[in-house]
Amino acid sequence: MARKKQTIIFGNKPYIIGSYSLVGKKESDGPMKKWFDECLEDDTYGEKTWEKSESKMLKTAMSEAMRRAGKNKDEIGVVLSGDLLNQLMSSSFTARDLHIPFLGMYGACSTMAESLLLGAVLVDGRYSDDIVIGASSHYCTAERQFRMPLEHGNQRPPSAQWTVTGSGAMLISSKSRDGGFRADDKGSWNRLKHIRVECGTIGKVIDAGIRDANQMGSAMAPAAVDTLLNHLEDTGRDLDYYDVVLTGDLGYIGKDIMKDLLIDAGISKNMLDERYDDCGCMIYDLQQDIHSGGSGCGCSASIFAGYIYKKMTTGELKKVLIMSTGALLSTISPFQGESIPGIAHAVSLVAE
Amino acid sequence: MEYILSFIVGGVICVIGQIMMDATKLTAPRVLVILVVSGAILQALGIYQPLVDLAGTGARIPLPGFGYNLAKGAIEGVSKGLLGVVTGGLKAAAGGIAVAIGWGYLMALIFDPKSIR
Amino acid sequence: MEKEKAVDKKDISKAYENYAKKFTPKPKYIANSLKAFFVGGTICVVSMWLENRFISSGAEEKDASAYVVMILIIIAQLLTGLGWFDTIAKHAGAGVIVPITGFANSMVAPALEYKKEGVVLGVGGKLFSLAGPVLVCGITASILIGLIYLGLDLISVG
Repeated sequence: MARKKQTIIFGNKPYIIGSYSLVGKKESDGPMKKWFDECLEDDTYGEKTWEKSESKMLKTAMSEAMRRAGKNKDEIGVVLSGDLLNQLMSSSFTARDLHIPFLGMYGACSTMAESLLLGAVLVDGRYSDDIVIGASSHYCTAERQFRMPLEHGNQRPPSAQWTVTGSGAMLISSKSRDGGFRADDKGSWNRLKHIRVECGTIGKVIDAGIRDANQMGSAMAPAAVDTLLNHLEDTGRDLDYYDVVLTGDLGYIGKDIMKDLLIDAGISKNMLDERYDDCGCMIYDLQQDIHSGGSGCGCSASIFAGYIYKKMTTGELKKVLIMSTGALLSTISPFQGESIPGIAHAVSLVAE
Repeated sequence: MEYILSFIVGGVICVIGQIMMDATKLTAPRVLVILVVSGAILQALGIYQPLVDLAGTGARIPLPGFGYNLAKGAIEGVSKGLLGVVTGGLKAAAGGIAVAIGWGYLMALIFDPKSIR
Repeated sequence: MEKEKAVDKKDISKAYENYAKKFTPKPKYIANSLKAFFVGGTICVVSMWLENRFISSGAEEKDASAYVVMILIIIAQLLTGLGWFDTIAKHAGAGVIVPITGFANSMVAPALEYKKEGVVLGVGGKLFSLAGPVLVCGITASILIGLIYLGLDLISVG
């Protein structure tokens, strides 16, 4: 493991050998449906409370990720996961059921990249051979905690984002695993690629002074820009080194700001149009009345564990930089007049 | 004629509320508080009563009318001394508040929150 | 020095806020206002019609208006329970939030949401989480106004 300023380079090759994504009803009506492993018909998932539903979603994602990686839960060294609820309710309750050593992560919506980064550090440092990471969010639990009750008749401003109901989990291992073969569209059999966590950049908290809790995208964009530029500088790469650079949940407004700021920093517009996208803009269709796109831990978690993982195993994408972005506000800080601090962590994945 | 006035005055008050929500970052509960308190203050200054006389429900049904009702009750209570002042406002609005609490509690017990549509 | 920095930070956040505004779509002021105007106006007209029915069937004017308010509250809370109110409000906006219906909705909505936290502290407590401020501020204002009027009354008598 070598370190360059903010970036950690993983020399011992941690691999992602299992992954599972699960989303709710609204997300499965969106354009990414075919990439998710499981789509719920009913957001309650057969549970009595929304918190239990979210917890069950996370548990399913983790158990399935382990099953797909061919690992038993006794072999797992530690679970790293987080969500948006106070005191990490969903994750802690999932860990209670799984009975695996557990470390709770909180990075608001950046939790997926944070867990992935730390999981890779633990595996790379040989502290554990197999680690499960995950993150989840649920529209019905997050909305009432951070904004307004569901049945309350308020109008959402155009800048508001929609919390994704979804969860994603990955299994990081010190050894790669033969994924077997899969037929592509033309019918020829291809060996599935191994996905390696190559390096990661820990982000700084950047606060641009946005106070409006309905302006998450613009609150987080400066942090994402900072992390991306530092990552590129630390690694000496250009943006076109990556096939795709994906931010977590900036939404339409945040994505535009990010692009504008990056163009100012000297990255060409064509390159950005071609290679940069945002999970919050991908997960829903504009017709779904989601205003400015998706948000929440589940947004980046389900896209990374579904779309990115699958596209990488088939070799369609070779080098990917995934960046989850988080708005580190609490339920009381907006009332105290505090602005919203943003954070972003980047993880670089290679298919080989 | 009174129907038309009611429609126009009620509609205009709603538009004021709408602009407050759209143009400023005020959330719905804050807008409600501002409307109720401003209704009470306008009544205290003697401005709201003529509007009620003119538009009837158009001025009474929107939330400033709730504030108007509270303030009017308190002012009427002046003749009964301190106790009248303290209880007057609540007395005037008691019917609405009691129904909202009792019926609201019942509704919350009967129904379950729905997921997103 | 410290103070200078603080001012600087404020300027930056102001500048960024304006910058972010360029990327934010504007709310549809005119369309929203028109909808609010027509829906709000309609609610007022319907309640006037109801009030007149009550009066013509022998109720006193004051009682009639109280009945109308109660009916509006009952309807709004029933719609909230059925889960239709937020859908209506999404389109009508202030048209249903500013009339007494919005107040009724703001009581039931959080109570429903916190039903799983028990019927005493969940439903009972949350009934006032949004409506509480309205009642507290409104009633306090009414008492203050009453006291001022009482004071003026005493002075003029004295």
